[in-house]
Amino acid sequence: MLKRRIIPCLDVNDGRVVKGVKFQNLRDAGSPVELAAHYEEQGADELVVLDVSATRQGRLAMLETVEEVRRQLSIPLTVGGGVGSIDDAGRLLNAGADKVSVNSAAVRNADLIDEMAQRFGAQCTVVAIDAKRDNDKEDFWQVMTRSGTQGETLEAAAWAGEAQRRGAGEILLTSFDRDGTRSGYDLKLMDAVVAKCSLPVIASGGADSVLHMVEAFQHGAHAVLAASIFHDNNLTVADVKRDLASQGIEVRQ
Amino acid sequence: MPPEIQIINTGVANIRSLQAAFDRIEATWSLTEDASVIETASHVVLPGVGAFGAAAAAIDRLELRDAIRSRLDQPDKATLCICLGLQLLCRESEESPGVEGIGIIDQKIGKFSSSVAVPQLGWNKVVPHESCNEKKFQPGEAYFANSFRLASPPEDWDYATTDYDGGFVSSLWRGKTLACQFHPELSGKWGQTLLKEWFESA
Repeated sequence: MLKRRIIPCLDVNDGRVVKGVKFQNLRDAGSPVELAAHYEEQGADELVVLDVSATRQGRLAMLETVEEVRRQLSIPLTVGGGVGSIDDAGRLLNAGADKVSVNSAAVRNADLIDEMAQRFGAQCTVVAIDAKRDNDKEDFWQVMTRSGTQGETLEAAAWAGEAQRRGAGEILLTSFDRDGTRSGYDLKLMDAVVAKCSLPVIASGGADSVLHMVEAFQHGAHAVLAASIFHDNNLTVADVKRDLASQGIEVRQ
Repeated sequence: MPPEIQIINTGVANIRSLQAAFDRIEATWSLTEDASVIETASHVVLPGVGAFGAAAAAIDRLELRDAIRSRLDQPDKATLCICLGLQLLCRESEESPGVEGIGIIDQKIGKFSSSVAVPQLGWNKVVPHESCNEKKFQPGEAYFANSFRLASPPEDWDYATTDYDGGFVSSLWRGKTLACQFHPELSGKWGQTLLKEWFESA
């Protein structure tokens, strides 16, 4: 039986790990290479590294970060943030990423998903969706792009379904409303996406406890992503896995 | 000294993680497209990410089919086939109808059914079958990223299975040939031990 995955996420800006609330107010949280090693040692199943820098210089620094992290990481590495083209994706894979996640660029040009899946395979192609609840409509989550600054007309669950039809292998689903708030994953969002998309879905945004993770798994998540919960040493990955196992969730030992 | 491990450069596989894993066990490697190197080198890897058809076409374009077959017949040669590399040993695949595999295993690779999430993406348990003459590795948890799989074990090979969609063959070994549907280079310490033992077998 496939194990449920625990995935620490490193938001990287100019070679340093940062963490903000609702995508704002970034603060320093350490060296990506050191944190990657630390999390692998604790039993992380995978690592996601997101480039949140906005400059060309930052993008180049990211390739170096990916190379350095790869050198020591013997678990899968997903890299995303600012991936604008199939060439960007190719450069990240060459630097040592195992999967590349695309977000805004795929919304602008959905064919990018098809191209990536054909060139690199579905297992390399992750579509990241930032979803914001629309309080005026029932069960409607608006897709946000450009680090959450731009609202799109797309609805998140329908977009996840389209990503699957175009050949994506995995969905990284972030609740814009919950990100950094520690109030738990948006479970209704998870339900809506799982109803329209049978790909593995990684739940992201809002985790503050093992209970939150158990809820996400019960609502169909294959994996949970968490950043602040681990960076601030509230819980180690090992603590989380032990608790999950004791609650009957199958995790890698 | 020539590099110890020759990785077949099909050009369609992402092999940075594999190279990093060999670096970590202090094994030297290089890429090759040379049939005589593939036939004679002590260690050869047939890597695999990408589609069955694209990889088979690359092997034919480089005229490596006979060299790979010949190598697999020599019991003292250490050969490692990863992910699609395992599937390529078979006759054909549902992924690319009409395309011939290397064919030393007379079976067809099929797709997982729609009753499970496809691709299988994540960690799953690998268990050597009790009938095996030789236990190549301890049971462990390995990282998989595959939509297609070998459903039943071929004769004359030892094998391990994994529970997904009713179960499939997750590893095969015979002599010094080891084929893994999972990615040992992404399978943590357990995977690294497997790579090291394969490397030290020849």
